[in-house]
Amino acid sequence: MAQVQLTNVSKSYGSSQVLHGIDLHIADGELVVLVGPSGCGKSTLLRMICGLEAITAGELRIADQVVNELPPAQRGIAMVFQSYALYPHMTVRGNMAFGLKIHGADRKQRDARVLAAAKALHIDHLLDRRPRELSGGQRQRVAIGRAIVREPRLFLFDEPLSNLDAALRVKTRIELARLHRELAATMIYVTHDQVEAMTLGDRIVVMHEGRIQQAGSPLELYEHPANRFVASFIGSPTINLVPATTQACSAAGVRVEVHAGCVVDIPVDAATLAPGQPVEIGIRPEHLRLADGNDASTVVRFGGEITLIEQLGESHLLYLRCADGLELVSRAPGHTRLRLGDRIALEADAALLHVFDAQGVACARRAAVD
Amino acid sequence: MSRALARARRAGAIGRTAMVHLTLGGYCLLVLCPIALVLLNSFKTRAGIFEDPLGLPTKATLSVVGYGKVLGDAAIGHMFVNSLVVTGVSLVAILLLGAMAAWALTEYGFRGNRLLALFLAFGIMVPIRLGSVAILQEMVALDLVNTLTALVLVYIAQGLPLAVMILSEFVAQVPQELKDAARCDGVGEYRIFFQVVLPLIRPAVATVAVFTMVPIWNDLWFPLILAPSEQTQTVTLGVQQFVGQFATDWNAVLAALSLAVLPILVLYAVFSRQLIRGITAGAVK
Repeated sequence: MAQVQLTNVSKSYGSSQVLHGIDLHIADGELVVLVGPSGCGKSTLLRMICGLEAITAGELRIADQVVNELPPAQRGIAMVFQSYALYPHMTVRGNMAFGLKIHGADRKQRDARVLAAAKALHIDHLLDRRPRELSGGQRQRVAIGRAIVREPRLFLFDEPLSNLDAALRVKTRIELARLHRELAATMIYVTHDQVEAMTLGDRIVVMHEGRIQQAGSPLELYEHPANRFVASFIGSPTINLVPATTQACSAAGVRVEVHAGCVVDIPVDAATLAPGQPVEIGIRPEHLRLADGNDASTVVRFGGEITLIEQLGESHLLYLRCADGLELVSRAPGHTRLRLGDRIALEADAALLHVFDAQGVACARRAAVD
Repeated sequence: MSRALARARRAGAIGRTAMVHLTLGGYCLLVLCPIALVLLNSFKTRAGIFEDPLGLPTKATLSVVGYGKVLGDAAIGHMFVNSLVVTGVSLVAILLLGAMAAWALTEYGFRGNRLLALFLAFGIMVPIRLGSVAILQEMVALDLVNTLTALVLVYIAQGLPLAVMILSEFVAQVPQELKDAARCDGVGEYRIFFQVVLPLIRPAVATVAVFTMVPIWNDLWFPLILAPSEQTQTVTLGVQQFVGQFATDWNAVLAALSLAVLPILVLYAVFSRQLIRGITAGAVK
């Protein structure tokens, strides 16, 4: 097992730069998820760590060894591909043992390792089948098994669940988490699915346009997004962003006017802001609740008409249109009984709000993470 | 009304199928007729051939004298060996080199890649026989006239462009992730080619083999100008010895030609089975 250190790693294709100075440290045994919209460079970064793409500039260390110039096989890595990339003309056993065979492991050792991995993944009854005779989930396991038998220092996963149906994806996700615990292996996992990222990752690295936007634990990203992009990317439904204007700013908090007659004090470090600036406040849908009628300066309140209700069972998603055209989403408890066209008021505690300046950078929240 | 429509449509489909079969059957008949004629007449006496060239061999005209003559002639056996060696060696070299070149041209972006592909495409467009004089001069200079090596070299040059072209298409279809997976597994480039890529394009290789081998086996031109000696004659050339200026031994000619079909038929059977297996393997997902 190994730690990974990326120092100022970048990648260009000709004159277009796709990755800009990536700095990232991955601790031994950590599962780091690279997440971002398609085209953000996450897969390229993974392929560079793997050695399938050349590193244009910067330094990549695996287990304190610079591996920039090493071919994939000498980096001690194993990769699981999105399409599984199983050799179609070989049996499951052949697929799993191929790498070992190339490295000259003798037959007995090969068989033992393949069998052990197959048992761990519950595919030991499929060893003599060919990939085309397997279901998607089984192929996925074979691909993971092929990675395990090589006993790599570092596992790389490139969107391994995106070809599975929804139910199987959840199941395999849980198994991957279990596998990570059992192997205590360092893993880098690429996905565009934020639920996978949140549930699997010890740490999540959010990428956008070739740059790391924020790296942190799932809750850190959820509660303290560094900028508007991270706030929008993490959390479903997407965070509500409401324009506002600052009135008074200090390191202890900011007073903003959200709309006519709604002024609220938000406890964030606003030392960098000046009064009269346009900002955006972020409100998570789950923090917007039906107003109880008590007027308080610690809440921000919106009135409007329900334009759509999505009933999810345990909760409802209420889509609200305010008088000034502002659209909001709220997650209300499942027992709420409301109808389309109802006029309601929603409110959120000021302590739960996020503030983003004109550039989209977040002001640090002062509320403690619990 | 919809039922009538469905019936009409079904009738149309049957009509179309019938047309397709009729066309294919007709073409088949057209191609097979001369071969059947050769085969039929090879089992007749000389008189039988000339009296009723299209008739089946009767009790009076049935004879295998031609086969006796051909099989009894040691030189003919030697010619068969020559043909087999030339075709076999050329075929193996064309398939191996063609597949490797196809792999290199599609997988690696090296300088001059496009130019090389274009050069090979040129080889498909220009018939190699245009260069016969130059080839003969070169073979004389290399002292390769009247050797099988000369034939093999020419046939490799003749077969490579098309082989590279067809195989490139198929190599390009091998998924990138498969090659990446092999590289992660620490498989060397040669092994990726031989153990991952080549098995996957086997149907294409079989197709190319069939397309390549028939013209080589049947070629008269290059054996005639490059290797006409008794030692190096191929079957196609050797049969000509029965065709005389004043009298032609039709029995022997027809028997030798009939026999000459056999090896190619066997080879075709071998490759076409590969071909079908490849196609069905892809279809049953």
